[in-house]
Amino acid sequence: MAAKKGKQFDPVETLNAIEEKFEMFQILNEEGVIVNEDANPNLSDEELVDLMSRMVFTRILDQRSTSLNRQGRLGFYAPTAGQEASQIASHFALEKEDFVLPGYRDVPQMLFHGLPLSTAFLWSRGHFQGGTIPENVNVFPPQIIIGAQYIQAAGIALGFQKRGTKAVAMTYTGDGGTSQGDFYEGINFAGAYRSPAIFIIQNNQYAISTPRELQTAAKTLAQKGIAAGIPSVLVDGMDPLAVYAVTRDARERALNGEGPTLIETMCYRYGPHTMAGDDPTRYRTSETDSEWEKRDALIRFRKYLEGKGLWNEEKENEVIERAKEEIKEAIKEADAAPKQKVSDFINIMHKGELPYNLQEQLAIYTEKESK
Amino acid sequence: MAQMTMIQAITDAMRTELKNDKNVLVFGEDVGNNGGVFRATEGLQKEFGEERVFDTPLAESGIGGLAIGLAFTGFRPVMEIQFFGFLYEVIDSVSGQLARMSFRSNGRFNAPVTIRSPFGGGVATPEMHADSLEGLVASQPGLKVVIPSTPYDAKGLLISAIRDEDPVIFLEHMKLYRSFRQEVPEEEYTIPLGKADVKREGTDLTVIAYGAMVQESLKAAEALEKEGYSLEVVDLRTIQPLDIETIIASVEKTNRAIVVQEAQKQAGIAANVVAEITERAILSLEAPVLRVAAPDTIYPFAQGENAWLPNAKDIAETAKKVLTF
Repeated sequence: MAAKKGKQFDPVETLNAIEEKFEMFQILNEEGVIVNEDANPNLSDEELVDLMSRMVFTRILDQRSTSLNRQGRLGFYAPTAGQEASQIASHFALEKEDFVLPGYRDVPQMLFHGLPLSTAFLWSRGHFQGGTIPENVNVFPPQIIIGAQYIQAAGIALGFQKRGTKAVAMTYTGDGGTSQGDFYEGINFAGAYRSPAIFIIQNNQYAISTPRELQTAAKTLAQKGIAAGIPSVLVDGMDPLAVYAVTRDARERALNGEGPTLIETMCYRYGPHTMAGDDPTRYRTSETDSEWEKRDALIRFRKYLEGKGLWNEEKENEVIERAKEEIKEAIKEADAAPKQKVSDFINIMHKGELPYNLQEQLAIYTEKESK
Repeated sequence: MAQMTMIQAITDAMRTELKNDKNVLVFGEDVGNNGGVFRATEGLQKEFGEERVFDTPLAESGIGGLAIGLAFTGFRPVMEIQFFGFLYEVIDSVSGQLARMSFRSNGRFNAPVTIRSPFGGGVATPEMHADSLEGLVASQPGLKVVIPSTPYDAKGLLISAIRDEDPVIFLEHMKLYRSFRQEVPEEEYTIPLGKADVKREGTDLTVIAYGAMVQESLKAAEALEKEGYSLEVVDLRTIQPLDIETIIASVEKTNRAIVVQEAQKQAGIAANVVAEITERAILSLEAPVLRVAAPDTIYPFAQGENAWLPNAKDIAETAKKVLTF
């Protein structure tokens, strides 16, 4: 006769219980109707219009950037359409003193944090002045190595904490990025030190061509924060009000000394991974594309604001015209950037004195360039 | 003046800079309460508090990211990689991020980060602890790489590294940590980065070495003195950037040279030094410049390392080949 068994710990049940907790948080549904009034962040009319204007600007910038790229006038470009709420509404929750560590798709957030558009264009083109961040702008040039920005965000957050600066470090990666070691190290370090960081996963469903399901057995990406012991949330990444609300909450907790938050924004990238030859028809169907397009942030937010009498076609056209004008001006400025010289590259290698090898090479190139 | 081992001199340098500059932070795995696995940070947390001298979770890449973020916020991080064999875990932060910070931001951000790390063979460590990986970082534009061979140099060079506005890799040979003591001033002093030191003057041949190989080279010089040869020993101290002036002046004086490194021979620092000599002083040479280095295998396991590591005998033999060419 076997000994009477006590209640066994059931690891499967535990996993299921955790995963079931991660329901997608929503405030504004696809029809532009508030479905969660209690959670409404109650932005002022002015703020609502500002948020909508930023998203429209970003959509136009995406369209123009795509066509400039096709004309050979831009260079590297990672399309943003479909991610406006995820990018812009999360950034809308920040203040100027907060630090933003973007991935290469996160140029719009950099612009709204103060980076001149012409500089962003220079970065796209591959000009050495494209990484010039103005003195009072707290952003780092877009990260290329997936995940590196997560550990650096933990470092900036720890720095703010040590200085007593009331600010947060916020960083972005995609669904694929959550498979990287640096992703785990970043959230774990910030959790261990209870640093004021906000980690955003923009789950746009594909890492280039690899679908989200192939990245991990985890049902949600947000739940990965649980293992690091940090508050984590799954949010409708096409709902600007929900994205704003969860980011604002995360910021408040961070400034209260309650540590970092991990946010998964469920969204979609309408375009290709980048304009450098990716063909989404190899890995997505047009049916899936149109399913997601119905949930578009601009459509639902437009409906919501029109219902409040805050938005109309005329307003939208104003923003579109202004965007086109700004883009034209910025391209003109970018066109006026100086021709690139090796001596410039040498001069920005070090803050301190140049080592002998670079000094010698500087002399050689300065001489060459003077001819 | 106090007699100090190299590790005491290193601790003293960190203490000096923690005192001098409130932006200096010291961190890594086990560097806090435990004082580091070699006791390099012994007593520093007690003296300067947990805010400035602290332990990190066990993840080298994360430590590198932390250093970068702290540098953004105006700190002067001194991070430890517990053993330099763990460099592979953090190479993106070091070569992919830190080294490029100024360039990538057109000079807006700089990275006054010092990375300290023990390395080197002869102390019977497990795998991935003893490898000489300095070539990996010395080949990355944007990084400076410093390797002291004496307690006195270690203190002055580490203070300079911490004060440098750009990233510096400071490698500490484990065999030198406690192998001998030397008079080291208790007050602060600096030794400029990128400056070699003539550890022994001679007229017949120049031995160029760094790290633990400096001591081996001095032994070889002593042995050959008995045979009537006068060897000059140049300690590079900084392997990137090299001190071309000192190297060339010595070679032009002796007209013969060998270059010694503990690392495997292939694609190494010694090859770079030989190339610099041939580009700049070939007409002064009376013989080929030869190298002494470890063979191009994987670093052997503990019981095999003494058969593999270059030593004074190898150096003396190679020196004689060049002297009698």
